[in-house]
Amino acid sequence: MFEYAPAPESKDLVKFQDSYGHFIGGKFTKPSATYQTINPATEQDLAGISHGTAKDVDAAVKAARNAYEKTWSKLDGATRGKYLYRIARIIQERARELAVAETLNNGKPIKETRDVDIPLVASWFFYYAGWADKLDYAGLGPNPAAHGVAAQIVPWNFPLMMLAWKIAPALAAGNTVILKPAETTPLTALLFAEICQQAELPDGVVNIVTGFGDTGAMLVDHKDVNKVAFTGSTDVGRLIAKQIAGTNKKATLELGGKAANIVFEDAALDQAVEGIVNGIFFNQGHVCCAGSRLLVQESVQDVLLKKLKRRMETIRLGDPMDKNTDIGAINSKAQLNKIEKLVKQGVKEGGERWAPNCPMPKNGFWFAPTLITGVSPANTVAREEIFGPVLSVMTFRTPAEAVAKANNSPYGLSAGIWTEKGSRILKLADQLNAGVVWANTYNQFDPASPFGGFKESGYGREGGRHGLLSYLKGAN
Amino acid sequence: MPIIDPEAIVGSRITNQNLSRWLHSLPGVDKVGLEARAAALSTRSIKTTSKAWALDMAISMMDLTTLEGADTKERVRSLCLKALTPDPDDLTTPQPAAICVYGDMVKHAKEALGKSKIQVAAVATAFPSGRASLAVKLLDTKDAVNAGADEIDMVIDRGAFLSGQYLEVYKLIQAVKKACERKDGSHAHLKVILETGELETYDNIRRASYLAMLAGADFIKTSTGKVSVNATLPTTLLMLEAVRDWYDETKIQIGVKPAGGIRTSKDAIKYLVVVKEIAGEKWLTPKYFRFGASSLLNDVLMQRQKLSTGHYSGRDYVSVD
Repeated sequence: MFEYAPAPESKDLVKFQDSYGHFIGGKFTKPSATYQTINPATEQDLAGISHGTAKDVDAAVKAARNAYEKTWSKLDGATRGKYLYRIARIIQERARELAVAETLNNGKPIKETRDVDIPLVASWFFYYAGWADKLDYAGLGPNPAAHGVAAQIVPWNFPLMMLAWKIAPALAAGNTVILKPAETTPLTALLFAEICQQAELPDGVVNIVTGFGDTGAMLVDHKDVNKVAFTGSTDVGRLIAKQIAGTNKKATLELGGKAANIVFEDAALDQAVEGIVNGIFFNQGHVCCAGSRLLVQESVQDVLLKKLKRRMETIRLGDPMDKNTDIGAINSKAQLNKIEKLVKQGVKEGGERWAPNCPMPKNGFWFAPTLITGVSPANTVAREEIFGPVLSVMTFRTPAEAVAKANNSPYGLSAGIWTEKGSRILKLADQLNAGVVWANTYNQFDPASPFGGFKESGYGREGGRHGLLSYLKGAN
Repeated sequence: MPIIDPEAIVGSRITNQNLSRWLHSLPGVDKVGLEARAAALSTRSIKTTSKAWALDMAISMMDLTTLEGADTKERVRSLCLKALTPDPDDLTTPQPAAICVYGDMVKHAKEALGKSKIQVAAVATAFPSGRASLAVKLLDTKDAVNAGADEIDMVIDRGAFLSGQYLEVYKLIQAVKKACERKDGSHAHLKVILETGELETYDNIRRASYLAMLAGADFIKTSTGKVSVNATLPTTLLMLEAVRDWYDETKIQIGVKPAGGIRTSKDAIKYLVVVKEIAGEKWLTPKYFRFGASSLLNDVLMQRQKLSTGHYSGRDYVSVD
């Protein structure tokens, strides 16, 4: 037997402080009203985090306003770009440290933070650094203007990557920001604050306020905020939209999804299996664009599911710090409970649950990669976003039926098509109500490519030139 | 062992048209996806005890090869002695699976290896180009078998394959398989070299794999080592998928041999990871997986010494072959 010996990445690559304050006006405040942020794989405490109050939020918005008025809006694009390039380079230099920090705080495998999250974070800053002095060519006429102060709220599934998606274009366009990381995963954002200091970014251009939903709500509500950017659940997105209705605040919302991954009988089946696995089990399925509904053509259902199950048997679940781990920990107890509840409901409604036999660690929050077959379009697991490693399997007979079933969702963030027929890809991409359509691949991200959804998956785009427009006047 | 019924598998009489239909009905291969999968498996981190296990397994799967125009009896003898005692300083080092030579060197290899379990493999059928008449190819094979070869590494006619003459390739493999029979009814193990570098597309490689398995190959092998693109990880991954799926369908287990260009322990370990995660543990044996290599052995020996002593010995502490 060829067993892989443990190959853990070193925890010593990162040193957290005992507790953190907020990062306001270029300095860390004294920690106050702290709660513990934990490692979801071990349930051990990592650091104390301050729960932001109205006073903290106000101070942060003031710092951002001040920085906007006095420094950032006065700098030319090339100088803003210089800071962004500098940040990008420091991120690359500190990549291993950031990867370890993210894995410890989020529970996702080190393989992913090392090979996906952190490289994308750096590439996002490099990409938008290049835009900073070329805004005249963004298609908005000469001298397009920034909104001013942007409030940004990011989720726990890709903590640093979502920060990069928000902060890089905002700064390139000339805004200053207050970012609130998710309550369970604030640590890489706080390390990023250190990076801003290291890059000698002018004080107040980036502010980080930690805390829970109430802190975020106060931030969105603050009268001196010009722009709100949020990534997270559709429920919270709705609240934000209501909150800012009737104000001058602009918003981009990147919300939930229930993507269909459609496999036709003429697909390259072995690679389709890989795409399905990558689509739903990447990052424990904590991905808004996860391919959580598999739509497989009836004629290849048996062979595909056989291959998929065999592939799932080889998925390695366990210590996220081990370099050979494919599936790490669920980010929180609350999320684990939600996944369990939805899966039980799906089985009750007629779905058949299957998971490979994989041993689970004792501590921490874990959920085995799971298939639910025999799912009807009415089943809860076919409709609601589970945000976990759970794949609902449905079948179709014709391309028209595939499109009808794929579009039968309040969401419209992403979709996947698997076929060797190029013409079918083009036709379906037109018919699917999804912001992103991947063909013969899945979960590919690139800073040059816009990302965002239809319907209840939100509005506005992040990435590419489109992502820049969300932070410039006259574009939304 | 179950006997294969080609007509039952193809679902019709074996004609060129039917073979063509059958091969073209196989699912396609997506190049980007396949290569991404191979790259992802390459990032597996194999350390300590698993590394030690893998290094020993790699040695025991090796077909230690010399296929030069300049080969002599002495050169082959020295390679055989190396196979018998790969590391004179550490007698726990496993022996490679086989010595792989040209047909005329078989008798020298057999002589040098004596009663050891190391097999002698001979390349045949006008290796490496395969450009000779069928009669010559069969004679080449029989000659090696009569000289005592335990295994025959044949090449397919890539020209025939690429021009759609699948039946011709099929018949060639069948005829060579027959030529592998010995007087006592046993037969030399047949490895079929697809020369994947010349087939170029992954779809072709999957089809050629199936065609070879249908015609009775015991092993499918990537390359001769004589063209510019030899064994690659994605190609080997694809061929492992083919033998895995073939086993599901027929219950006949076929081996895979990547050859050419695998020079370092690190590379060899990547291949073993692919074997484990694609085909499964059933293939992690010299009976079903081989490396066709020459310089790989010394690198594995150095790594092995490093693991046991804690430091690198250097090139002067492993024998040149």
